[in-house]
Amino acid sequence: MSGTLTIDDQIIPFSDGQTIIEAARTAGVYIPHLCHRPGYSPHGSCKLCTVFVNGRQCSACTFPAADGQKVISTNEDMQQDRLRITQMLFVEGNHFCPSCEKSGNCQLQGVAYHLNMLDNHFPHFYAQREMDASHPDILIDHNRCIFCNLCVRASRDKDGKNVFAIAGRGINKRLIINSPTGKLKDSDISMDDCAAHVCPTGAILIKHTGYQVPIGERIYDHQPISQVACDTEADHDE
Amino acid sequence: MLTTFLQKVLTEADYQPFRLLGMLRKVQAQYQHIPPEAIDSLAEALNIPRTQIIAVVEFYSFLHLTPQGRYDILISNSITDQMLGNDQIISYLSSTLNVKLGEVRDDGLVSLNHTSCSGMCDQGPAGLINGYPLPRLDPPKIDRIVALIEQQTPLTEWPPELFHVEEIIHKPGLLLTQAFNNGDALHATFTRGLAETLAEADLSNLRGRGGAGFKTALKWRTCSQQAATPRYVICNADEGEPGTFKDRMLLDLYADQVFEGMTVCAAIIGSNQGLLYLRGEYLFLYEKLLDVLQQRREQGLLGTNILGRAGFDFDIEIRMGAGAYICGEASAQIESLEGKPGIPRTKPPNSVMCGYQRKPTVVDNVETFLASTHIAIHGGQWFADIGTPQSTGTKLLSISGDCARPGIYEYPFGVSIREILQDCGASDVMGVQVGGPSGTFISNRELDRVLAFEDLSSAGSFMVFNSTRNIFDIARNFTDFFAHESCGFCTPCRVGTSLLKQQLHKIIDGHGSAADLEELSELCLVVRNNSHCGLGESAANPILTTLASYPDLYLKQLKHQEFSPGFDLDATLNVARRMAQRDDPSAHLMQVEN
Repeated sequence: MSGTLTIDDQIIPFSDGQTIIEAARTAGVYIPHLCHRPGYSPHGSCKLCTVFVNGRQCSACTFPAADGQKVISTNEDMQQDRLRITQMLFVEGNHFCPSCEKSGNCQLQGVAYHLNMLDNHFPHFYAQREMDASHPDILIDHNRCIFCNLCVRASRDKDGKNVFAIAGRGINKRLIINSPTGKLKDSDISMDDCAAHVCPTGAILIKHTGYQVPIGERIYDHQPISQVACDTEADHDE
Repeated sequence: MLTTFLQKVLTEADYQPFRLLGMLRKVQAQYQHIPPEAIDSLAEALNIPRTQIIAVVEFYSFLHLTPQGRYDILISNSITDQMLGNDQIISYLSSTLNVKLGEVRDDGLVSLNHTSCSGMCDQGPAGLINGYPLPRLDPPKIDRIVALIEQQTPLTEWPPELFHVEEIIHKPGLLLTQAFNNGDALHATFTRGLAETLAEADLSNLRGRGGAGFKTALKWRTCSQQAATPRYVICNADEGEPGTFKDRMLLDLYADQVFEGMTVCAAIIGSNQGLLYLRGEYLFLYEKLLDVLQQRREQGLLGTNILGRAGFDFDIEIRMGAGAYICGEASAQIESLEGKPGIPRTKPPNSVMCGYQRKPTVVDNVETFLASTHIAIHGGQWFADIGTPQSTGTKLLSISGDCARPGIYEYPFGVSIREILQDCGASDVMGVQVGGPSGTFISNRELDRVLAFEDLSSAGSFMVFNSTRNIFDIARNFTDFFAHESCGFCTPCRVGTSLLKQQLHKIIDGHGSAADLEELSELCLVVRNNSHCGLGESAANPILTTLASYPDLYLKQLKHQEFSPGFDLDATLNVARRMAQRDDPSAHLMQVEN
């Protein structure tokens, strides 16, 4: 099925099998998201891309586009909900942008700027999370994991390895590693795996490359995420 | 030893990864935890990542990575158990067994913990020991239990009356009083014809009894029209909603009628395999239900060529849950049945089209199948004549809390809450929780409201509170429950339910200001409007509905100031005071100088 749908009064075309967020991206319309990435199977967990479709709330990254669909993506209430959800992610983990190597390239930070987030609003959880620096080339800082599942999907679907999984329940969710010791060094991840590069935050970082691009010259330093997301998040399969 | 045991477990499960949860339950029962070697062996034998096994173990409350006691005691934390004194029960157990709540005794003999509602609110305070029920706990009974534990008597040698669950039916109605012989519904269905029987189900206007109220005949018809095969019938017996126990009673006393409803459904949708998802708390029913299934096979009501009808083959397998409320949600249950953590799936597609093993699947509640059995026998009009036009037939209620006669009641839809309260002997009512924590709290000013999908809907839970109860104890118990049971998949529910808990506690503990109440209300809506599934959508209901019923009580709870910090400075100094071994007034700091 193909045809057109309306997002906030803008008429955009879609092609067979596209979700709302994919149709929007193709047309250059930004819908905030963190767990979605073009070319990856949709997950629908971060809930930032929640939109109204014919009066019903649903995730734009999982909901199929349909002809004549009326989508409301941006109004004051929805942006306010997105702000609160982003703040939830900030207080759940331990995110200190000024000391994070990902600053400027971080989608969580980019979305926060986009939503004009000026504080964390909610009380911090001060979660006790660990770092895994065991691997010679790849660093995991669990403090910054937002459970978007992208590394899980990347390793499983792109790399054919299953290095990552999300365990635990509720607020006790945690990213776990498929190795006898649970350490990254004993897994079969390698530097050129998609899973090593897909993290939208600074939870998975490549070692020995820190600050090669100086702060101030990074993706979201000059243009907001809403301007660059549709182009920079190139489809993995494209 | 472990290797031999795992071989047996794997063989019994036919090396099928979708039976992982059942295998892990057996390992847990044998070794009191899932040892790392078992994780490695199972991962290899089943050809699944070890991370899947760890994720499953961490997801379900009854599975553990670290050893629990050889006698593992869980005390139900449902609000009605709390009202019946579960705290005193825990203290008594804790002191007599010398084990702290949440811990394993040093010798590894016994562990003590809370659990979400164990499905025995009509006979609380209740608990579980190694998965088996311990209803009506009191000090004399605990003394006997403690003696048996200290003597290390195997559970199989304990007096059976310690585990005896009573099925108390105070008011049987249309369904519970119908005469029934095994095979009646199947004979009627085959005599009338499959399409005609589906038409009767349609006419009955039966709606799903699990809470959502989707029209049953429409679900069955849609499933039967799917091209894909095989198709599956799942009976959802994961009644985890605190305060409900009517499915326990149905499976205990009316199992044949439930299985027959599943078989009628199978005939209509064209299915060969049924699954009963039995909540882990109902382990005591497992053997009994296996016997019922075996008898039905012997009677030609299950198996191949059922009732001599060539080509109609259908059988039912029982799979157990392991302590996760979310698995009552149909798509989470399907994930669980496939050997995974019970995380609700993204819709579309819905389970009718793409369910178990990605095939067309009907998931219906225990009570829905029971009703279907009798509709197949007596026809749709018989059922539609009862109740209201939008909510036909009768509803089973599990009544608990402050009333003289807790137990099972069957009412035609449309009955007023007032009438129900009179029947169960409730007086001096402050409010009623209709439909459990995910349902609605109503105050004593709303007792003329009626039980029906169009007004107050309930999957079966009906908890009564009298005027001696504190509304905040109720709201807090339910809010904590949702935070504990959130699967953690989506941000608004994972983080939001914990924030709701913190924010509500802040107000209840007397640290709230007007701004905090406003903040609480706003947070409720963010969680409700953005969550992935019904759990998150209803997690704020306890706060929203108690706040709507008794706003004055919330206002009275507030401090008279505009702002109060969430961070308790003085409480944080506890560690410093302990280290300095002082507790004099100058070792304390006032949060805000008044």
